[in-house]
Amino acid sequence: MTTTVDGGAATAWISEFARLVAENKDLLTHLDAAIGDADHGTNMDRGMTAVTAALAENAPASPAEVLKLTGMRLVSTVGGASGPLYGTAFLRMATAAGPGPSLDPGEFAKALRAGLDGIVARGRAEAGDKTMFDALSPAADALDAAVASGASLRDALAQALRAAEAGRDSTIPMLARKGRASYLGERSVGHQDPGATSVTMLVAAAAATLGG
Amino acid sequence: MKKLINDPADVVSEALRGIALAHPDLRVDHENKVIYRGDAPVRGKVGLISGGGSGHEPLHGGFVGMGMLDAACAGEVFTSPVPDQMAAATKAVDGGAGVLHIVKNYTGDVMNFEMAAELAEAETGVQVTSVVTNDDVAVQDSLYTAGRRGVGVTVLLEKIAGAAAEEGRSLADVAAVARKVNDNGRSMGMALTSGTVPANGKPTFDLGDDEMEIGVGIHGEPGRRRVPLATARQIAAMLVEPILSDLDFTGGDGVIAFVNGLGGTPLLELYVMYAEVATILEKSGIGVARTLVGPYITSLDMAGCSVTLLKVDDETLRLWDAPVRTPALRWGV
Repeated sequence: MTTTVDGGAATAWISEFARLVAENKDLLTHLDAAIGDADHGTNMDRGMTAVTAALAENAPASPAEVLKLTGMRLVSTVGGASGPLYGTAFLRMATAAGPGPSLDPGEFAKALRAGLDGIVARGRAEAGDKTMFDALSPAADALDAAVASGASLRDALAQALRAAEAGRDSTIPMLARKGRASYLGERSVGHQDPGATSVTMLVAAAAATLGG
Repeated sequence: MKKLINDPADVVSEALRGIALAHPDLRVDHENKVIYRGDAPVRGKVGLISGGGSGHEPLHGGFVGMGMLDAACAGEVFTSPVPDQMAAATKAVDGGAGVLHIVKNYTGDVMNFEMAAELAEAETGVQVTSVVTNDDVAVQDSLYTAGRRGVGVTVLLEKIAGAAAEEGRSLADVAAVARKVNDNGRSMGMALTSGTVPANGKPTFDLGDDEMEIGVGIHGEPGRRRVPLATARQIAAMLVEPILSDLDFTGGDGVIAFVNGLGGTPLLELYVMYAEVATILEKSGIGVARTLVGPYITSLDMAGCSVTLLKVDDETLRLWDAPVRTPALRWGV
């Protein structure tokens, strides 16, 4: 049982995210076809495949190095809006993680919060716009609250995942106000946001691999 | 799908190979998928770069050359290029006077160019200014959408800002010229058929034989409405009226009237459309100072057209008339 996140744990987290993206590639593309341009699954899978290869080749030691490499590879390979959004999130997480060999639960929560702030800075999204923010923001809030109340990382991440899933589902009735989906206006209502769906997989991957 | 391709996955790289062979005065970086004018960087001149998803040719690669762009970055079909490409282009065209990024208003394009500017500035200290085009009146512009899309005005802006840069003007000046073009231009498009993305193999959207989409985007985004097929005269009115009700084009020195083909429509039909557009403009008391008719910003093999009107003054017209030497626009040289 480990309660901190070291380089190996961070690599396991990112690898699990890559596996979930690959497994759900068609689902993500299908969701994107309804309100976007039908490439979210393909683009994210291409990016995470490149990330997995880069992690295997470079075997970065610290969590910050893992997150930085992930962000850089996503920026270079994904394109569209997801590349800059996920890329910025991981690069900001890397900066917040600092050079240490491992992160305690509070430091991990702080890094995730920095990633969320990066998405906001890049995408200028707000709550209710029907974006990845609507899943990741409640997850970061739940993680902060659980860690502050002394929960273990494992329990805190389980709570974060429940919040992310609820946030993801809450995008279904929303009217899109960002990105290509916003051109659809009322026609975007009734569809689950693909970005909120993939970012929930990122939280699910953390819950499955971190905190022992 | 019937297309002149070898493998859908290789369309962009093979087209770049063709561009390099057909236009030896350009230089193509095949790894980064960037088309450069042969003499870039031009010492002391503001560098102009643009780029976006492929499938809109001749935009942007066909507009690289003297008097227009210094570099164009090609993404996959209908997918924004990545920041590495734009950052490489930015550094390569910097002649010491800074670089202007010309970006069409799509979420992905805007974010990737923004990251590229940050990367290039951090690495070499090159000064970058961005101008975003958003001229499509089909889209409601509000705080609650991604805003209007960048379409036909982008072509006119690249020519006019390119001429300003060629005169040796500063980055701030060239950016101001570019913003003036965007502020004074409006566009509206329509589709008779959908285009087919090579990797998808089937049309992006379905339109009945007797239907058309008014206000369509250059990636097949849905328009304002789907209506029964009409005559060129009626279609011209459906495109020009929303433009004229969005901006006052009367007075001043008239307009540049640009009737653009979306890739699958013959020039014969575009001239039929131009005649109708010219009639409406005349009735509306709007003088036509210059014209451009042809496929310049396309959507693969989509049949249809767009109309762009740009309100001009003496300076804009002088820059429009200045010499240009690119694969797709070439005069005065």
